[in-house]
Amino acid sequence: MSEGRRLYLDGVSVVFDGFRALNNLSLIVEPGELRSVIGPNGAGKTTMMDVITGKTRPTAGKVLFGETDLTRMDEAGIANLGIGRKFQKPTMFDALTVFENLELALKAPRGPIACLRWKLNGEARTRIEQTMAEIGLTERAQDLAGILSHGQRQWLEIGMLLMQDPELLLVDEPVAGMTDSETEHTAALLVRIAGRRSVVVVEHDLEFVRALGRRVTVLCDGSVLSEGSIDHVQNDQRVIEVYLGR
Amino acid sequence: MSLAVAPPVADARLRLGLRAGLGIFVLLLGIMPLLNLLPVTHPLHVSDFLVSVTGKWICYAILALSLDLAWGYAGILSLGHGAFFALGGYAMGMHLMRLIGPRGVYGHPVLPDFMVFLGYQELPWYWLGFDSFPFAMLMVLLVPGMLALIVGFLSFRSRITGVYLSILTQAMTFALMLAFFRNDMGFGGNNGFTDFKELLGFALNTSAARAGLFYASLVALVLSFLICLRLTRSKYGRVLTAIRDAESRVRFLGYNTTSHKLFAFVLSAMLAGLAGALYVPQVGIINPGEFSPANSIEAVIWVAVGGRGTLVGAVLGAFTVNGLKTWLTSAAPDLWLFVLGALFVAVTLFLPKGLIGLIKGRVQ
Ligand SMILES: Nc1ncnc2c1ncn2[C@@H]1O[C@H](COP(=O)(O)OP(=O)(O)OP(=O)(O)O)[C@@H](O)[C@H]1O
Ligand SMILES: [Mg+2]
Repeated sequence: MSEGRRLYLDGVSVVFDGFRALNNLSLIVEPGELRSVIGPNGAGKTTMMDVITGKTRPTAGKVLFGETDLTRMDEAGIANLGIGRKFQKPTMFDALTVFENLELALKAPRGPIACLRWKLNGEARTRIEQTMAEIGLTERAQDLAGILSHGQRQWLEIGMLLMQDPELLLVDEPVAGMTDSETEHTAALLVRIAGRRSVVVVEHDLEFVRALGRRVTVLCDGSVLSEGSIDHVQNDQRVIEVYLGR
Repeated sequence: MSLAVAPPVADARLRLGLRAGLGIFVLLLGIMPLLNLLPVTHPLHVSDFLVSVTGKWICYAILALSLDLAWGYAGILSLGHGAFFALGGYAMGMHLMRLIGPRGVYGHPVLPDFMVFLGYQELPWYWLGFDSFPFAMLMVLLVPGMLALIVGFLSFRSRITGVYLSILTQAMTFALMLAFFRNDMGFGGNNGFTDFKELLGFALNTSAARAGLFYASLVALVLSFLICLRLTRSKYGRVLTAIRDAESRVRFLGYNTTSHKLFAFVLSAMLAGLAGALYVPQVGIINPGEFSPANSIEAVIWVAVGGRGTLVGAVLGAFTVNGLKTWLTSAAPDLWLFVLGALFVAVTLFLPKGLIGLIKGRVQ
């Protein structure tokens, strides 16, 4: 790892038909850091994750994961480097059960032959069971993901992220649709993961961001508006104008 | 805390029921050639016609299974699977042509009749080796497999999916049909290959040979079913269904979906080739008409009617639709295409899960 940089976005811009979704955005995430990203709708938070995970190619700028330039890689390659993502709209495989969704996400060789020969051993089963307990879906193990509620889908996708055991977790609006106690649980979970892993969380829920209690980046119009502790950004006049004071 | 990974009881029972049904069906098929040996007057006698037509349907069922693997599981709606079937058929046809030897009309020791007629002096290089049965069988699998590998690689890598992929595969079979119609391709032009004499030393016009081909097809069907079952019940099968439903999400989990789809597509093309190879000696002819786009579309309809994404459904669909076709084309030949079209519309609108879906609905 180079001088405490897990993820390094350097002057990243994304232009959609003349519209700048990201505008010369720079961001450094350190190993083990837990970073919250907030900002108004359309600020470019999801687009930033799209750029990191290879879904969108930046128009300009560099995206480095350690020393590796991510802008030249495809989604699967980036994921295999150790970058996991939870989508804003929970996405999983509705025709598979909760257990099977987690099994697919579990870190293991990804090729066709390896999957064909895959046997669920005790260790893998234990990991899946532990994760199901963690995300509160043990009872639903054999239910199809398609019949879960929105909150449960959020949990399942968080569970899938855990199964991948990534170096860097990108978590887009994890607590939308969750109850207060579930939100607290998620905050505790992310805090626990951080330290060993780097975590970037996008969230509108400021109580949740406060519960995470770490460095906060405020995005607006595709670039960083303010950065610091939650108290710092909440008292930043520009942040109050464009985001908090709405 | 232990977790049963078994699906709900009703589902497991249903699956067991369907499997048992399929087993009984295969047994019934298995005794047909035996019943054919009974005297014609015997009430259980099965006619030559029924045996030979059933042998064809078994090949169609293998084709349906292969298409179901690509479409029902991996979400690759191929409208060109008839091409893989036909290529397997042509590879077998080349072997059968070589086995005719000097027994052709022109009596040439090596060259098939059509080559003598077209003034060939020697066998084209791509006909070499086809006198050997193992080599021909290898080609039955390799030629469709290679075509699927190339077409699949180019399109999956460029992320061509859905309708575009369907049109592409349809264009593929159409182009092959036009190519095989040409005399200078060296595959007998629009007449194709026919007048086969023997296979593995057995004269083809005997009832023993017919029964042998019938059983070979039945064994191939059972093996294909078991291969597909092994595949679809594995984690690989679940990756395929995940790709079918949300391919981009699978990529973000680190799966190279191109290689997964390619694996399924190539395997599927090989099974289709095998089906074609078993089909040709039973019908005694192969010509470019087998590449007709309509054939590929019909195969899609079999799978849709039976229920895509279930292996039993694919087999059921192939037998049901072809049974209906055989009956209708003798009862009311002009009606068949309308019925086929109506069937497809009806299934799409009212039975999206096919006959299997209907049975499941009844049971639950
Ligand atoms: N593929 C695309 N094509 C065109 N415009 C896009 C595309 N993706 C995003 N945008 C635009 O880029 C801007 C940033 O979108 P983005 O989804 O990153 O915002 P966000 O910060 O995640 O917002 P929210 O809080 O609503 O999730 C929006 O104006 C959006 O309409
Ligand atoms: Mg967003």
